[in-house]
Amino acid sequence: MSSLRQIAFYGKGGIGKSTTSQNTLAALAEMDHKILIVGCDPKADSTRLILHAKAQDTILSLAANAGSVEDLEIEDVMKVGYKDIRCVESGGPEPGVGCAGRGVITSINFLEENGAYEDIDYVSYDVLGDVVCGGFAMPIRENKAQEIYIVMSGEMMAMYAANNISKGILKYASSGGVRLGGLICNERQTDKELELAEALAKKLGTQLIYFVPRDNIVQHAELRRMTVLEYAPDSKQADHYRNLAARIHNNGGKGIIPTPISMDELEDMLMEHGIMKAVDEDQVGKTAAELAVQSA
Amino acid sequence: MTQNAEHVLDHLELFKGQEYQQMLANKRALFECPHDPAEVERIREWSKTPEYREKNFAREALTVNPAKACQPLGAVFVSAGFEGTLPFVHGSQGCVAYYRSHLSRHFKEPSSCVSSSMTEDAAVFGGLNNMIDGLANSYNMYKPKMIAVSTTCMAEVIGDDLNAFIKTAKEKGSVPAEFDVPFAHTPAFVGSHVNGYDHALKGILEHFWDGKAGSAPKLERKQNGKINVIGGFDGYTVGNLREIKRILELMEIEYTILGDNSDVFDTPTDGEFRMYGGGTSLHDAANAVHAKATISMQQYCTEKTLPFVEDHGHKILAFNYPLGVGATDDFLMALSRITGKPIPKALEQERGRLVDAIADSSSHIHGKKFAIYGDPDLCYGLAAFLLELGAEPTHVLSTNGGKAWEEKMRTLFASSPFGQNCHVYPGKDLWHMRSLLFTEPVDFLIGNTYGKYLERDTGTPLIRIGFPIFDRHHHHRYPVWGYQGGINVLVKILDKIFDEIDKHTNIAGKTDYSFDIVR
Repeated sequence: MSSLRQIAFYGKGGIGKSTTSQNTLAALAEMDHKILIVGCDPKADSTRLILHAKAQDTILSLAANAGSVEDLEIEDVMKVGYKDIRCVESGGPEPGVGCAGRGVITSINFLEENGAYEDIDYVSYDVLGDVVCGGFAMPIRENKAQEIYIVMSGEMMAMYAANNISKGILKYASSGGVRLGGLICNERQTDKELELAEALAKKLGTQLIYFVPRDNIVQHAELRRMTVLEYAPDSKQADHYRNLAARIHNNGGKGIIPTPISMDELEDMLMEHGIMKAVDEDQVGKTAAELAVQSA
Repeated sequence: MTQNAEHVLDHLELFKGQEYQQMLANKRALFECPHDPAEVERIREWSKTPEYREKNFAREALTVNPAKACQPLGAVFVSAGFEGTLPFVHGSQGCVAYYRSHLSRHFKEPSSCVSSSMTEDAAVFGGLNNMIDGLANSYNMYKPKMIAVSTTCMAEVIGDDLNAFIKTAKEKGSVPAEFDVPFAHTPAFVGSHVNGYDHALKGILEHFWDGKAGSAPKLERKQNGKINVIGGFDGYTVGNLREIKRILELMEIEYTILGDNSDVFDTPTDGEFRMYGGGTSLHDAANAVHAKATISMQQYCTEKTLPFVEDHGHKILAFNYPLGVGATDDFLMALSRITGKPIPKALEQERGRLVDAIADSSSHIHGKKFAIYGDPDLCYGLAAFLLELGAEPTHVLSTNGGKAWEEKMRTLFASSPFGQNCHVYPGKDLWHMRSLLFTEPVDFLIGNTYGKYLERDTGTPLIRIGFPIFDRHHHHRYPVWGYQGGINVLVKILDKIFDEIDKHTNIAGKTDYSFDIVR
């Protein structure tokens, strides 16, 4: 167990976490690592590219059918996909009801108790957008993930989310072993994206682990429910994911305790890079018509 | 009928009075929309039929009167068994009131236990501040030597991380850094009090043995030949643990009882209030890592703890509430085998006395049918003893018994000619038991106080053994384990058998056929 690396991918919803993580993990599997993916998103889409499946049966839906989690066996919930990557999805309730966070806790406890982590080199948790409640922080509790990788882009809200996630990590890092491994920028082709991502990484006290360029081949692979590594192993994009995987692999134990910044600092940073224009205080809250009158 | 301060009527008498009877009848007729009494009667009779039983056992989404409690109750129970330990339940207040009243009403002792009193704001923002303030207040007001933290549903649903919270609370100075605060997550909506016992005990041992949550070096085991004994969740803990200690001392075995609450739930009235009476010393709890072997008296109360102990190099052994001759034999022989100490003459004689008592009363117990419900280990122990007595444990039901337990019970039934018509019911509740008692009647029911309603409905005489027992006092002081305990249980069963004989043979000149005082 001592050699077991546990990592987690966090990031704003829709940023490409699941895609990035599955491609990266596929690359790690190519490097002969034994991998377990734990999807911690009620949408249950963290393993579809590995399994070529629409959506995997989740621990919680199987448990609900069987009566309770105790009635499940590990074989019921764990599927094996591309390059023998083992996959589980925690699952959760439909939007608007129940408590998805508790589902994450229940699932991870079940996996640990039933020996899912035995004979594994890497466990990767794929966690939904924001750390909205204690349950979604389960993967960063003591003795769980050692490093967190935040997937972001040059968009303001993605950076805002990255900063927020850092706050969550800070809370747990001061009392436990979890560290921020770095940022992964998933290119959106926004202005000065690389520059901004590097600047944010610096502010958070971490590094930009990799800048994943945008390439339509990712979408092509995804439509076929495959990772790029499997769909087009010789493509340039596949090599990018291999590089990212290698960097993550060599980053073991090098995580840091993040230094999240305030909303003001974040806005200042965007202005420094000319993404956001400074607004005069006397213009705040004024409608276009009012401003026209004012400037006339 | 007004009350008079000179002569206050108990409510039982008061409500029998005409004006109250009239008032209750009016309330019923005018506000309760009562069904036709004939229809009520018809349904009552229908609920006794095999047809209803079939529907009852097909029940999926409803539990009626489960014979189990929730995890934190077990956590509070075992935590109280350590020296100067204040059980601290992180969560809402009402839950903790329930554990305290349950333990107090059963043991007739105060039950010291605190809550972090989480309310609406804690549910939204997380319970960290409750932990910080709670630990500080508990430490300053109640001066414990250790605070053992467990959780209620609320803290578990919002995902409060005890490990991180306790560390943060220590950093904020709630309690000194070196003060012992072991913890266990005990979601009340998973498992039962026996799992809570297990998790909390494991949390305490982990704390002392594995480096106090990273704040101290892990203990290095130096085998010292001692034996650890874990009692498990037990309504007879006072009598049973004292009996175990007596046996171990007779055998001259050096031992540590882990979670020894025998004195905690039996403090003397001598003018001194003991908030923390007795308990396993913290020193002993830590040094228990050096023991040669650890014995659990209740397998299903230690499913997580025993493997943890085994990982530390101990030989482990689990029993299922050893009750009666055979089970006590196994227990003593295991002790002798592990320690190399002989079984002393005194215990051999006790065995002989129990066998003698069983033989003396055999004609009254032989062939009698029993229904039993309770915790999985208790059910197993009782059923094994009944088989030994030549009685039939026809229905054995445990709400918190699982598949493994079911298998074990079947194997037990198969091992005895008296077990051939016996059945096991895991995960079922007392409403299922009601159907069983109507459709396949037995002579006696064994269970806790809640069995009195089954006794009322079905007319099956109830022998009170289990937890909780509120309406018979002080039985927890007498052991049910060991040969002595076997005699106590035998007597309890016989008393009820003779009461029933008397009940049915007490009409002068009619049912007193033989001119014998017994019947």
